[in-house]
Amino acid sequence: MNVALVIVSHSVQLAEGVVELAAQMAKDVTIRAAGGTDDGRIGTSFDKVNDAVTELRAAGHDVAILTDLGSATMTVESVLDLLDDDELAHVKFVDGPLVEGAVAAAVTAQVGGDLDAVVVAGRARELFS
Amino acid sequence: MSDTLSMAWAEAWIRDTQVVLAEHRMELIDLDRAIGDGDHGENMDRGFKAVVAKLDEGGIADVQGVLKLVASTLMSKVGGAAGPLYGTAFLRAAKSSDGDLDSQGVVAMIEGALDGIVSRGKATTGEKTMVDAWTPALEAAKAAAESGASPAATLRAAADAAAKGAEATIPLQATKGRASYLGERSIGHQDPGATSTAYILGAAADAAEAE
Repeated sequence: MNVALVIVSHSVQLAEGVVELAAQMAKDVTIRAAGGTDDGRIGTSFDKVNDAVTELRAAGHDVAILTDLGSATMTVESVLDLLDDDELAHVKFVDGPLVEGAVAAAVTAQVGGDLDAVVVAGRARELFS
Repeated sequence: MSDTLSMAWAEAWIRDTQVVLAEHRMELIDLDRAIGDGDHGENMDRGFKAVVAKLDEGGIADVQGVLKLVASTLMSKVGGAAGPLYGTAFLRAAKSSDGDLDSQGVVAMIEGALDGIVSRGKATTGEKTMVDAWTPALEAAKAAAESGASPAATLRAAADAAAKGAEATIPLQATKGRASYLGERSIGHQDPGATSTAYILGAAADAAEAE
């Protein structure tokens, strides 16, 4: 049961770019982009995030979610609010910088880190210490 | 005017809100361009149009059902911060609204909405956000209900207080959300989220007075 990532950005291209970058050192990790609104405008989409989480869970992954800005985080928290407690043990928000955090989280998942290890790595706290 | 507000009121409220937000779309866009990303007018217009389309499909049984429909639609159709904020507000308002609403029911609904926004956005008063409209709205609704006001008059008190609260955001410096990056340059502009809150509560009062 390896950890998968969801990259949530206001921009479709930014989300896809972060996925591309994070995958470079983590070729076996599933990383999904959830960028832009349902109709591809700047913004975030509850449904895109929710669908990504649902599909990754159905495939047996634990899921770590990273975001670019505050309202993307609020969208993710809205999705998490609707999950039951059992699921919340398998789906976590990573409160870190998007690019550095995604790379650190992806590499940690690649080397077999569990969800908690991926979440800690994705916070990239050493950047701020 | 009736002693309690039924599903007919809730539906009229939401339909009125859609009309009002469509009318004020450019105003909200301009307010949000001044201190934000400029998407608030467009997002609220799209969001409530989607809600009304869902209402047209029918199948809603009560006030709670209407508010839940608003919550889930805004959550999935509004891409900006307003989606999760108003979505959570209407979801908590729905949870606080069991059956038709008397004046205390109106207070409970507004309290639910404010609690939802505060828990989602982690904002408090004075930060130049929609909390600065919802908080005085709740206080005014409580005072009105305690003095024996009708549900319609309770909503009117809330709406007037929200409008004043929105106006009172003009001299504030934003300390929450993206407007906070502007620092002192956020001063002198009315907060778009507080403004849309005033329109939403204004529509609620209009619909109640028309009952």
